[in-house]
Amino acid sequence: MLASLSRRAILAIYAVIIIIPLTVVAFGSFKSTQELFAGPFSLPRSLAPDNFAEVVGGQNLGSSFMNSVIVTGISVPLTLFLASLAGYAVSRLKGFMAWAIFGFLVLGMAIPAQANMVPLYVLFGRLGLLDNLAGLILANVVSTLPIAVFILGGFMRTLPKELYEASSIDGSGPWKTYSSIALPLSAPSIAAAAIFLFVIHWNELLYPLLFIQTPGNRTLPLALLSFQGEFQTNYPLLFAGVILASLPVVVAYVFLQRYFVAGITAGASKG
Amino acid sequence: MSIHPGTAAKRKATDSPAPANPAKVRRRSPTRVNPALYLFPLPAVAVVAFFLVMPTLQAFQYAITDWNGFSAAFNYVGLDNFIRAFTKDSLFTNALTNNLKFVLLVVIAQTVFSLVLALLLTKNSRGSILLRALFFFPTILSSVSVAFIWKFIYDPNFGLANSVLRTVGVDGGAYLGNDAQALYWVAVTQVWFHSGQMMVVYIAGLQAIPKELYEAAEMDGANKWQQFKSITWPFVAPATSIVVAYTTVQSFKAFDLILGIAGNPPKSSLDILSTRIYSTFANSEFGYAAAQSIIFMAMIALVTWLQRRLLRLTPKGD
Repeated sequence: MLASLSRRAILAIYAVIIIIPLTVVAFGSFKSTQELFAGPFSLPRSLAPDNFAEVVGGQNLGSSFMNSVIVTGISVPLTLFLASLAGYAVSRLKGFMAWAIFGFLVLGMAIPAQANMVPLYVLFGRLGLLDNLAGLILANVVSTLPIAVFILGGFMRTLPKELYEASSIDGSGPWKTYSSIALPLSAPSIAAAAIFLFVIHWNELLYPLLFIQTPGNRTLPLALLSFQGEFQTNYPLLFAGVILASLPVVVAYVFLQRYFVAGITAGASKG
Repeated sequence: MSIHPGTAAKRKATDSPAPANPAKVRRRSPTRVNPALYLFPLPAVAVVAFFLVMPTLQAFQYAITDWNGFSAAFNYVGLDNFIRAFTKDSLFTNALTNNLKFVLLVVIAQTVFSLVLALLLTKNSRGSILLRALFFFPTILSSVSVAFIWKFIYDPNFGLANSVLRTVGVDGGAYLGNDAQALYWVAVTQVWFHSGQMMVVYIAGLQAIPKELYEAAEMDGANKWQQFKSITWPFVAPATSIVVAYTTVQSFKAFDLILGIAGNPPKSSLDILSTRIYSTFANSEFGYAAAQSIIFMAMIALVTWLQRRLLRLTPKGD
């Protein structure tokens, strides 16, 4: 009885610690600064989206949103495509070559982004990849390829070999077998990896911070970070920015919650 | 590639002595591997080699120079950058100390807390599932968003924490403004940010424990703590290894959170290795920044290795 009571108490307190700040942010994004400071918990007096209009219009957050959509929209499928090609090959090749390719690709998981950022910056400078979205996409793809290969390759190895053999007896080449057998059968792991990559790429800050100079080329997290300098304590504006930056991930989470947990945990327990 | 890739590969893979009859090996894999298959991993291998492995190796080369990133001329200075980091650069040693303190705090707090949450939410009731979804939620937010939310909570004048304390008549603290405490408060934020994710890892581990074990223990008269000690804990040991290792790397790389909550560059009480490397880089000391990043990588490897040695967590009965 007592145990169940304290169990409920702990859970209720932590639920409040999660919900209250999020509610205050949601309400606060519709308030003025004075209104927020007068009562952080009170309902907003009006639902006029003034703060949102200001962050989207005046502060480039609108174009940053588009940049984030472009970068994430290309980075995620591209990473999945390259990783699934490699994962498929590794699951079909045998012996040393399979081991060497898989090992080489997966080894990258041990390299933190800060470890190679200086040479990467120099290399991107030489290749003309600084201050543009193509550079960000490439950096995203490279940094997450190792773990994507690990997740997809690991899954594809568990697929029954007989299916591949049947397919090649039917006269399909490797491409046909990859696209019509391996890919559809790997849908669960591809979905998990896609969500994992979506969260990482959408929230990526280091690479934009390193590579982007022009405000018009900023992605959302970088634009948001530069906000902080400009609006030290204009919390309602910061909150509107937070909501705008989180919206796509949050909406996806509400509908695909179970897959998010599976995807991000696949990353955590295999990373 | 060797002339007989099939046999050579087979030998390596099984690690057994060479088969007397090569034909035997061929019979075991009736469909020959299509050579076109070697083209499939090529783009991934090329991209990783050129943009991940090569730059990492280059970091070692930069690390022994005094290159400023722009001029064509630079000198090889040997280990000077490394010596400078540890003996002459108080900013760096400060960041190193902060980082180790931060990792230790977060790893202990997050491992314990996420296990507690998991234990409380193991059952698949409707309420548990709802709370799991709620507790997991912060993980999907961007670090900058989380940083802003907590910056507001910690704001000494207008912040959420102090407005709540004021209503019960308590004077709140300065939180991030207090240099002696700032790192602890960011650790709290980090735990709020990622405990839900680690909780899920633990729940997966807990749900694999056969229920009969608890029933048997109950019949033997074991109390809850004894049950935890002799059944639950040995079974969640593998999950603990994962949680500790992942949390370590995650808190070493708390770069985004620190920049968001403390500004760029952060003040010295919140400076950690990744933010220090970035500041050195932004200061155009490319050679020195590369040396710092190698120390950073070595530090992560060392701490991870130490944990493996010390914890040696293996499931019972394996």
